[in-house]
Amino acid sequence: MSTPLLNIQNLSVHFPIRSGLLQRPAGVVKALDNVSLKIEKGSTLGLVGESGSGKTTLGRVIVRLVDPTSGSVSYQGQKISTLSGSSLRPYRKKIQMVFQDPYNSLNPRLRIGTILAEPLEIHFPQMSASDRSDRVSELLRLVGLDPTHARRFPHEFSGGQRQRIGIARALAVEPEFIICDEPVSALDVSVQAQIVNLLMDLQEKLDLTYLFIAHDLAVVEHVSDQIAVLEHGKLVEEGPSELITTHPTHPYTQRLLSSIPSLG
Amino acid sequence: MAADLLRTLLRRPAGLISATLLCLLYGMALFAPFLSPTIPSAQNLQRTYHPPTALVWQKGHLCVQLYKLIDPSTASYQALPGQATPLSWFSRGTPYKLFGLIPGDRHLFTVSTPDPVYLLGSDATGRDVFTRLLYGAGISLSIGLIGVALTSFLGLTIGGLAGYLGGWTDTLAMRLTEFLMAVPGLYLLLALRAALSSRFPSDATFLLIVVILSALGWAGTARVVRGLVLSLRERPFILASNILGQRPWTILFRHLLPNTFSYLIVAATLSVPGYILGEAALSFLGLGIQEPASSWGLMLGQAQDIKIFMLNFWWLLTPGVAIILTVIAFNLLGDALRDAVDPRFRLPGK
Repeated sequence: MSTPLLNIQNLSVHFPIRSGLLQRPAGVVKALDNVSLKIEKGSTLGLVGESGSGKTTLGRVIVRLVDPTSGSVSYQGQKISTLSGSSLRPYRKKIQMVFQDPYNSLNPRLRIGTILAEPLEIHFPQMSASDRSDRVSELLRLVGLDPTHARRFPHEFSGGQRQRIGIARALAVEPEFIICDEPVSALDVSVQAQIVNLLMDLQEKLDLTYLFIAHDLAVVEHVSDQIAVLEHGKLVEEGPSELITTHPTHPYTQRLLSSIPSLG
Repeated sequence: MAADLLRTLLRRPAGLISATLLCLLYGMALFAPFLSPTIPSAQNLQRTYHPPTALVWQKGHLCVQLYKLIDPSTASYQALPGQATPLSWFSRGTPYKLFGLIPGDRHLFTVSTPDPVYLLGSDATGRDVFTRLLYGAGISLSIGLIGVALTSFLGLTIGGLAGYLGGWTDTLAMRLTEFLMAVPGLYLLLALRAALSSRFPSDATFLLIVVILSALGWAGTARVVRGLVLSLRERPFILASNILGQRPWTILFRHLLPNTFSYLIVAATLSVPGYILGEAALSFLGLGIQEPASSWGLMLGQAQDIKIFMLNFWWLLTPGVAIILTVIAFNLLGDALRDAVDPRFRLPGK
């Protein structure tokens, strides 16, 4: 077997709880506790769990918004959890994130064109202004929006449209790996399907690898090749998605599955 | 961008009215030497507490009614019927320097007789209140603007850095603001005045007051900006910028600080009156603008004489009216500006 695209080994993240006047550590929250996961190139790993189970923290460790307490994250065999500054920069281009809340993920003061041009300015500084605006139009078309939307402000769009813009921003740097942090949980059900389908189409077109974080097993089941289940920071079950959804072994997974409302 | 903002602002009635009023006030302050019939220090001890002179139309000219002093002890004047002297327009008068640079001696209007024209009456030494009001506007209005500019700059920089960098920068900045806010304002004002007065020559009192007021004012702004930055820092669009590998300074200047502007603009316009009143308080205590120069605060301070209330010399309170007008105009402008800078409140159509 070749090395997996992303390899998470024995990852733990502990947040200290401080209390009192002197801010003495009074204990720790184990947001992630000894989690190991592998993601193969071109596949989708669905990560499920309740609120507070550490899903979002895992995503944030991978993009280096949160530093791990112990353990490591490797990308294509290169350990990225200890990189910093300019050595981290190439990975900023390869790993991107789509956020849960489309209303807060776009700077309200900037036009869509400016928002989408920012990643280009950072990672393609040699690009000319006209090339950049061409690329912005291309990105908007890619996510199913009109290139004229570049002149508008975020508040002029619906939640689903904003989520498309968020996806376009992530795609701007031509990433290989995208962390989708509950990308549809803030949207209407009808819009959810559109966004999920868009993500799957893009995966096929651009050969992307996803870490799909959600609390809704029904959505995760639809998009994932593999599913991992987190409970209180611990990985309780992992396997191919059909297997997990049809024959869950861990009681927590069974509980999550039985909570999916079904017709009939 | 700025032209765009101005257009948005002027399309709102409140913005249009307040902007016009403020332009008028600042225009009056700038051209005070030309608009006023005399200079602020010109006294006339025969004409103390003169009531506002009436303007009459006589023989095809706009004329000034003449008055006779009846009782010097109560400063009561009586109009002399039929006696008036015509206003002369754009005539030569007391020489002055426009903007402190351009020499001139033309006045918009003067009278040829020894009896001066008192559009808003005269004060205890027979000086023209209208002239002093115009000259005072220069000091009062610019103290507000310069003070607010300095405060906003300090507050934005210190608060923004404290919130964004965190750690010891934050601790240091916040303890400093707490200290400034804990000491009663008046004591600090007096202490700073005493401590700094030796470093400023007496003709730079104006500068000194601005420095004192800004040194007191930035703490509040800094704390709010810090709070805003702290909450903005965790918003997904900032995280997205981090994940893209954007430089911290660019994040601060492109994403964080512009999102504090709508607060800052409103806070700034709303605190302009505070500076005008702060200057008034200092001048009232004799620590601000000194005679013979004039400012609205100084004029109001002089009008606090019991005699003025007893004898109803209402014209000496006109600087108060000017302050009220300015305050209202700045408040309206602040509201309109907040809406104009926030894209979410843009009016439909273009």
